[in-house]
Amino acid sequence: MVRQKEIDTRKGKLHGRNLYLMVGLFMTGMALLVAIVGVFWTPYSTTAMSATERFAPPSLRHLFGTDNFGRDIFSRVMKGAGTTILISGLVVLMSGTLGIVIGALTGYFGGLLDEIVMRFTDAVNGFPSILLALVMISLLGSGRHNLILSLGIVFTPSFVRIVRSEFIRLRDADYIDRARLMGVGRMRILFVHILPNIFSTFWVSVMIGFNNGILAESGMSYLGIGVLPPDASLGNMLSDAQGYLMKAPWYALAPGLSIVWIVLGFSLLSEGIRQMEGKN
Amino acid sequence: MKKQIHVYFMVALLIMTALGGCAGSTGESSEDKSSVVVGIQQDIDSLDPHKATAAGTKEILFNIFEGLVKPDPEGNLMNAVADGYSISEDGLVYTFTLRDGVKFHNGNDVTAEDVKYSLERVAGILDGTALISTLSAERGGIKSVDILDNKTVQVTVGSANLELIYSFTAAIIPAGSGEDAESAPIGTGPFSFVSYTPQEGIVVAKNPDYWQKGLPYLDEVNFKIVNSPDTALLDLQGGSIDIYPYMTDSQATELEGSFQVLAAPSNVVQALFLNNADETLSDVRVRQAINYALDKDSVNEYVFGGDGAIISSAMLPTLQDFYEDLNDVYGTGANVEKAKELLAEAGYSDGIDLEIKVPSNYEVHMQTAEVVAEQLKSAGINATIVPVEWGTWLEDVYNGRKYQATISGITCDQTPGYLLNRFQTESSKNFINYANSAYDETYLKAAASLDLAEKAVYYKELQTMLAQDAGTAFLSVPPITVAVSPKLTGYTFYPVYVQDMSVVRYTD
Repeated sequence: MVRQKEIDTRKGKLHGRNLYLMVGLFMTGMALLVAIVGVFWTPYSTTAMSATERFAPPSLRHLFGTDNFGRDIFSRVMKGAGTTILISGLVVLMSGTLGIVIGALTGYFGGLLDEIVMRFTDAVNGFPSILLALVMISLLGSGRHNLILSLGIVFTPSFVRIVRSEFIRLRDADYIDRARLMGVGRMRILFVHILPNIFSTFWVSVMIGFNNGILAESGMSYLGIGVLPPDASLGNMLSDAQGYLMKAPWYALAPGLSIVWIVLGFSLLSEGIRQMEGKN
Repeated sequence: MKKQIHVYFMVALLIMTALGGCAGSTGESSEDKSSVVVGIQQDIDSLDPHKATAAGTKEILFNIFEGLVKPDPEGNLMNAVADGYSISEDGLVYTFTLRDGVKFHNGNDVTAEDVKYSLERVAGILDGTALISTLSAERGGIKSVDILDNKTVQVTVGSANLELIYSFTAAIIPAGSGEDAESAPIGTGPFSFVSYTPQEGIVVAKNPDYWQKGLPYLDEVNFKIVNSPDTALLDLQGGSIDIYPYMTDSQATELEGSFQVLAAPSNVVQALFLNNADETLSDVRVRQAINYALDKDSVNEYVFGGDGAIISSAMLPTLQDFYEDLNDVYGTGANVEKAKELLAEAGYSDGIDLEIKVPSNYEVHMQTAEVVAEQLKSAGINATIVPVEWGTWLEDVYNGRKYQATISGITCDQTPGYLLNRFQTESSKNFINYANSAYDETYLKAAASLDLAEKAVYYKELQTMLAQDAGTAFLSVPPITVAVSPKLTGYTFYPVYVQDMSVVRYTD
């Protein structure tokens, strides 16, 4: 005999509530709040250096301590988290939009175009995504605009595939047939009749894509080709910090744990949303 | 399921063998009291001492080859293969007497023939291509090499130049061995070549016949290529390398206590190079404003832990006789008021934009760029940092001269005029496009002078011109920081970039 409560806990539910959703919302909310505040206000300037306060350990004055130039790490994490989230958001916006348009057209109409586009996405998926983004950066040059552009392109195929398969599933559904018989225009069928019905599947992939975007931006900036110094991003802070692992462990921990916090928060949130959708 | 267990077992076995291998190699260097492992940063570009150009190669070949003369730790020249030399009054004829009992690594005595062959090879007399440009027959270098007797060689040069003697550090190799120098290099140095494995390293062994009695102490030195500075730190701590000469300030602090961390000024001049041909920067007042806005003291503090030497012109302070201290011209701290004033005078009262290209593989330059950008900001100079690959830097910035500003370093060899030479208007190395006809004239006078004291006066004048014209914003001479295992002693710094392993020994 297993008690009902235990079963609920395994599914991420506590007293019948959706635990994933609650924790996810809390963590994501915190992260977004800090990041948005960081756009307008930070306790210290993110670039102001201080020779007297290099490598200060965490204290009330500097919550996360200071780095090798005496800059306040908390301020830089605030700004950096904002940069990282913004970049990831724009990447998902770009690849999601492209994914919907391309996926809808290829999925609904099929044919030669579908064949060509699918082989192309196969080819793109064949490469490790970071490698592909690296190649694009080396063609376009580094900097945040090019980073968004190249990650956006690299992330597009996964959205195309999801949207396409949903459109294939729904294009022969009865209600679409009816709509067609009633003489509804193609574009209206595509984007008004089918699109809203793929939303739940699409939303989950957006969340996953967003998390991948955060990790990819951090990875690229860590390699020194994403956000350029002296601007802060979680990735380039992590890269700078690795030289001082023993001397100033808080320097690496601050951006590192922030990445974990954001990614975990969004993962829980997407899981929570999935469960909520399942219940309804 | 069973198959899976097998796979896990195999993986575990593999990991264990790999770990076992590591333990074996670390034990080797710590227990064997006659060999040392030196970590190096890059692969060898050529084993032929006359063809090698990379500083990272020359520092190693210093142990295998010697010239007629060779640099000593004080910055002077000492006799090596030669026992002594004399220079004629007009500076055109050099007569070298060879030292008795100097042997090549193959056991043969060094003869006047070998010296003639080696010098004619580098001067391009043998096949028309000079391998060392200062000695090039076509450019006023060696005209002819004559053997007077078994032990005496007379060299006639095309034009008198007091600094030419430094070029006679060119390696002496056996006559006719040029073809094989790449695969089986033979020299007269304290160590002989044993093996070279690309991307792994180079091994040298003690030369028992070395002319300096008692040297070298070590039986074997292994120069091992370490790919990244971070691996180097782990290798040092794990004991698989004993000496690592390219520490950053932050690494040095990590090793304090467990290693000897030695620092000395390098032979590199680091600067915020300004392209004088750029529209905004062509105005001398703008360049001066940048110089005033910089706080060189804090760059030194942040990036080099205060161990660098601050400079304001193109000369190493270690070349004492020729160095002019010009740090008062713009001061070593920031003078924001003066900088703003000059910018306003030049018509930029709203400030200027400045794009700084930085070779991204140099951590030191990247860090400097961050500090500099912040300092310039307070004077209304909005600097953006553009990291570029080393190859791109060489192509676009150094050779193409397509840039506004860059932070990088230029290396100096032992000749004092070397750094000043490149700022002549027409010099192919004048990548900052500095143009000053008075400078060109003075440089020619300096080069033609046969009196060292007079030469020094000209050189000081040149440094002053360069500083006052704010040709570029000189920052500092970074320190070289070397980590040496506590079991070793005798590591010696040279004003030139070499790793002399012959004087290194174990402590007891």
